[in-house]
Amino acid sequence: MQDLGIRVLFMGNNFIRLLGGLWITVKISLISVGLSIVFGLLLGMIMTLKNPIVKCLTKIYLEFIRIMPQLVLLFLVYFGATKSFGLQLSGEVSAVIVFTMWGTAEMGDLVRGALISIPKHQYESGAALGLESRQIYRYIIVPQTLRRLLPLAINLATRMVKTTSLIVLIGVVEVLKVAQQIIEANRYTVPDSALWIYGCVFFLYFIVCWPVSRLAVRMEKKWEN
Amino acid sequence: MEGQEKLLEIHHLHKDYGNGAVLKDVSLDIHKGEVLVLIGPSGCGKSTFLRCMNGLEQIQSGEIRLDGEVITDPKTKWSEVRQKIGMVFQSYELFPHMTVINNILLGPLKVQKKEKKEAEKEAEQLLERVGLLDKKDAYPRQLSGGQKQRVAIVRALIMKPEILLFDEVTAALDPEMVREVLDVMLELAKEGSTMVIVTHEMQFARAVADRIVFLDGGEVVEMAAPEQFFTQPETERAKRFLDTLSFE
Ligand SMILES: Nc1ncnc2c1ncn2[C@@H]1O[C@H](COP(=O)(O)OP(=O)(O)O)[C@@H](O)[C@H]1O
Ligand SMILES: [Mg+2]
Repeated sequence: MQDLGIRVLFMGNNFIRLLGGLWITVKISLISVGLSIVFGLLLGMIMTLKNPIVKCLTKIYLEFIRIMPQLVLLFLVYFGATKSFGLQLSGEVSAVIVFTMWGTAEMGDLVRGALISIPKHQYESGAALGLESRQIYRYIIVPQTLRRLLPLAINLATRMVKTTSLIVLIGVVEVLKVAQQIIEANRYTVPDSALWIYGCVFFLYFIVCWPVSRLAVRMEKKWEN
Repeated sequence: MEGQEKLLEIHHLHKDYGNGAVLKDVSLDIHKGEVLVLIGPSGCGKSTFLRCMNGLEQIQSGEIRLDGEVITDPKTKWSEVRQKIGMVFQSYELFPHMTVINNILLGPLKVQKKEKKEAEKEAEQLLERVGLLDKKDAYPRQLSGGQKQRVAIVRALIMKPEILLFDEVTAALDPEMVREVLDVMLELAKEGSTMVIVTHEMQFARAVADRIVFLDGGEVVEMAAPEQFFTQPETERAKRFLDTLSFE
């Protein structure tokens, strides 16, 4: 009876349902990562400003987001917003808000780090050639910043994809939740289905994250200097 | 040098970073085809002086003229002036994400809007001259310090500047690589390039200079022909400085 477990995967539309769950995961991740990149770039540039008030505020934001477990943030937004402000946020919207807040903070810090890691003499030798400020950024600073940033940003993106599994707990039916439902439904007929279903979930996460982290490794190799 | 055309005129230059004067009332003319070597103890303001000349530092008072035109003016178009005043720095400041040829072509293509084919040909000729044509497609990290500095010189040369500023370009090099870079500069001097060179290589200074300027404490303390300066310095400060460099 060893092969029974895997059969659950192909019973009815189970596999399609898992893929549907995966789509929710990927969708929330994609939107959050996309927004985080945009806002993170802005935040990172703001964080390089010398203004002490700006510095202090961004620092507080960053620390707050980092100290709070993502789950607490999720509860805070999902239940807190509903209770306190009467906003009826869906689980998915709450998830996007929380992951974007988190991603923006982390991304901002990465952008800041990449920007300040470009030595001052890179700006100066560009200027000494007669390049305008705009051209110095375009041809010298931005390309070097992106090279440093990309592998780190991709790493952050895969972390975000993985962390989306938490949104089960605010009622979003994503891939992990679908898996649980399938296992529950077959608990008595196929008691050993859990291994197979979770194995399949593992595999699905893998095929989402693996190409992305391969890409990061390749970029790093190509751009090392 | 008398009677020759003045290329760069510096009048009563004052520079202050906000914690005391770094350059105090420096006045100096540089003539076309002249090689001026600037020496002086560390921290006396040599780099600052060069950086003021191409607008990397703001000056507090005084005036600099290039070809008779004032360039220390808020309205100065530095990107135009800097094409005429080339500079090579002490640290290897090639752009690490670009190949040697692209480092060299950035200025001609993006600043001077030259045609790519033509600029590339010029770049190759210059690389050939400094013996680095085979490194054309290498990245800076694949070059030695001496090779990087020669590329940096080519990158400045290709803009056809009227004057070249060198700020201790051999100071960060391993001793065995100093010569190859100095040779390129000697070659340029022979061809009649106008240059201001900051260096600690005294033998080289003596060989290349038309005039030595000794800077100390932000002031021009002595200005003389190299033979004169190295054999019979007039001021006590210059004597003391030269003494610190010899082992006798
Ligand atoms: N960016 C700066 N800000 C403040 N002080 C500076 C700066 N650059 C140089 N200085 C000071 O100005 C003086 C002259 O420096 P510099 O021109 O680098 O001297 P040199 O090149 O002769 O060694 C030094 O006392 C140095 O500490
Ligand atoms: Mg210096």
